[in-house]
Amino acid sequence: MKARHKRFGLIAVGLILLAIAAVLITKSFRSNLVFFFTPTQVEKGEAPKSGSFRIGGLVENGSLKRLPDGLRVQFKVTDTAKTMLVEYKGILPDLFKEGKGVVAEGKLNANGLFEADQVLAKHDENYMPPEAAAALKAANDAKVKEGTK
Amino acid sequence: MIPEIGQFSLILAFCFAIVQGTVPLVGVWRNIATLSNLAVPAARAQFVFIVLAFICLDYSFYANDFSVLYVASNSNSHLPLAYRLAALWGGHEGSMMLWVSILAVWTMAVTLFAKSLPETFRIRLISVMGMVSIGFLAFIIFTSNPFERLIPAALDGRDLNPLLQDPGMVFHPPVLYMGYVGFSVAFAFAIAALLDGRLDITWARWTRPWTTVAWVFLTLGIAFGSKWAYYELGWGGWWFWDAVENASFMPWLVGTALIHSLAVTEKRDAFKVWTVLLSICAFSLSLLGTFLVRSGVLTSVHAFATDPRRGVFILLYLVIVIGGALLLFAWRAPKVGLGEKFDVVSRESMLLTNNVVLVAAAGSVLLGTMYPLLMDALGAGKISVGPPYFDSVFVAIMAPGLFLMGLGPLAKWKKASLPEIGLRLRVAAVISLVSALLVPLIMGKLTVMTAVGVFLGIWVASTSLILLINRIKTRQAATPNFLENIKGIPLAFYGMLLAHLGIGVFILGVTLVKGFESEQDLRMEVNDVAKVGNLSFLFKGVQEIAGPNYMSSQGTFSVSSNGKEITVLKPEKRFYPVQGSVMTEADIEPGVFRDEYVSLGEPLENGAWSVRIYIKPFVQWIWAGAIIMALGGILALSDRRYRIVNKKLAKDTQDAQEVFEA
Repeated sequence: MKARHKRFGLIAVGLILLAIAAVLITKSFRSNLVFFFTPTQVEKGEAPKSGSFRIGGLVENGSLKRLPDGLRVQFKVTDTAKTMLVEYKGILPDLFKEGKGVVAEGKLNANGLFEADQVLAKHDENYMPPEAAAALKAANDAKVKEGTK
Repeated sequence: MIPEIGQFSLILAFCFAIVQGTVPLVGVWRNIATLSNLAVPAARAQFVFIVLAFICLDYSFYANDFSVLYVASNSNSHLPLAYRLAALWGGHEGSMMLWVSILAVWTMAVTLFAKSLPETFRIRLISVMGMVSIGFLAFIIFTSNPFERLIPAALDGRDLNPLLQDPGMVFHPPVLYMGYVGFSVAFAFAIAALLDGRLDITWARWTRPWTTVAWVFLTLGIAFGSKWAYYELGWGGWWFWDAVENASFMPWLVGTALIHSLAVTEKRDAFKVWTVLLSICAFSLSLLGTFLVRSGVLTSVHAFATDPRRGVFILLYLVIVIGGALLLFAWRAPKVGLGEKFDVVSRESMLLTNNVVLVAAAGSVLLGTMYPLLMDALGAGKISVGPPYFDSVFVAIMAPGLFLMGLGPLAKWKKASLPEIGLRLRVAAVISLVSALLVPLIMGKLTVMTAVGVFLGIWVASTSLILLINRIKTRQAATPNFLENIKGIPLAFYGMLLAHLGIGVFILGVTLVKGFESEQDLRMEVNDVAKVGNLSFLFKGVQEIAGPNYMSSQGTFSVSSNGKEITVLKPEKRFYPVQGSVMTEADIEPGVFRDEYVSLGEPLENGAWSVRIYIKPFVQWIWAGAIIMALGGILALSDRRYRIVNKKLAKDTQDAQEVFEA
């Protein structure tokens, strides 16, 4: 009998621990989900006002400029319908280029400037990040719809 | 001509794979020896033709045959020879070629070294591996043919992605694939056992060395990849929780669980169904990894531009293999039986907890990796899961498991006593607690995370040593001959100790680099001095140099501590004209206690550059830990009981049982 009680108690403790773990995992999971928005969606105000999210599209030609301190850069990301201004402090990845696809993660500041803390462009030249491709496609679909109206 | 021979060999290999994957199974089922005897020759013929195809493809790279589309897209006449040969796996088609070649190598090894297995079992095993091969060969031949001609031929190739032009390219993919694909042997073992409806101690003993070899390769492959990312990507990270890294890490976690579960099955005849399930899961996760990398659904360093048909093909294949295996499992597993019983506190129960922890950790990584893909497939928008999720959840799940790592090996099989274990480990507990407080204080700052990390690292390492001392003491008490006693302990035991020690070293590395690294992004003019930590970095300027297929701006930094120069670092910014791409080559001075790391950003006005400087304490311990783990695996493999057992088993299983028990 004793062994059975012991076993039962341990299984109960195990289940409780498992339940706590599940709750903690779900919580951590939810608070670390990063959502993706296209420049058009950001323009419409669909993106969160506070908190991080990702944007994607093409780096607009001729839009990259370096701020006087030498470390901060600004560039425009476009989905061909709308553009938004992005600022990033740090060293850009090697495959970051004007006219190429890019994904950036960061927050909108009070002036509507997107302050990126991460810029992803680490692919070969033929490769378009799926997020960037999706942003371009969404904008294009919208245009086609507009045209048929 | 050569590419056509390659293409033809590939098709022949496909035909042999079909024979290998189907005919012998019918033979075993219907008891027709002429059919079942085809397994070995078909497998060997498949091996020969795959190797021939592989050589043909690599010869095309060697000979700069730019009339082959794949060569023209991934190589260049100016590319150094070693990278030309390694460029074979620089793209999608070639990676698949490497995958299937390594599968052929494993199958060949099974036909050579598994002679002691019972006839029907061995035939089923080889046949199942043939089935796996059919799918991949079909995939290559019908959707991703590496031998496709380019007419007219290109004058020169488009070059290998500069990111891949690194010694890491020569080692990382083949070693990683050896691990990935190696789990196919454990998988085939499990399927054959399910078909057989029999799963006993001897089964576990056959499977163990194969699984351990695969695990050693996977461990090394992941470590190579991490090291490569550290110095090549130029931002000093060693693990990004990138989906593709996760894809290789999940089979590792489940494979580690499998190694432990197999140990229980071998020694105690318990955990049987669980072991079979883990074997299936480990390989399924390897396949899932291949799908993730090759289908182009991910934003990752490893993703190539691919066409969606391939993704659908792999997905279909995945469903057939994994779904089929699990169905078979559900149908046949009850026949295998659960195995021996054990007490709540025992080595079995601790290993069970270890398994639960590892599988839960793999599950949490799987959730974070697959959830965004699922949401995307369901049209619920694009999301990603941030690295903090993986960091916090993974650490929280693993920590209790790591603590148990200290107790488990001391616990007795069947029934153990906690107070007794506690008594034996009190020294280790004191050492770990003291270091948990002292080490962070010496390094500069005591935080909860660093204290917990140092505690666990020292705990895992010190309990391993105490285990060894205990074992020697027990033997000394019986016969006081120190040297003989040290030699008498089985190599498998030393292997386990070493692998656990490696985990301890790894944890210390991770904790100390996470807790105490310093990083600075700066704008530096010539003769500027940057202070990072207690070191000064003097920027001496940049000069232009020419490489074999690139131009480079090479910076010179003099690093000094207390006014004394300790090293000179020369990071580069390379320009590869063929692809028009720029690569950052960081320069690193590695050390036992810290790495100094400098990479060049972009040129600014007046000869100034943006520069990134890191000091990474104990970062080398991360890879040293992985290498120690792998060495532990190799040591365990060299244990003579596998050899003895394998020889004897051929004659008499019962005999071998006694040899082992002794």
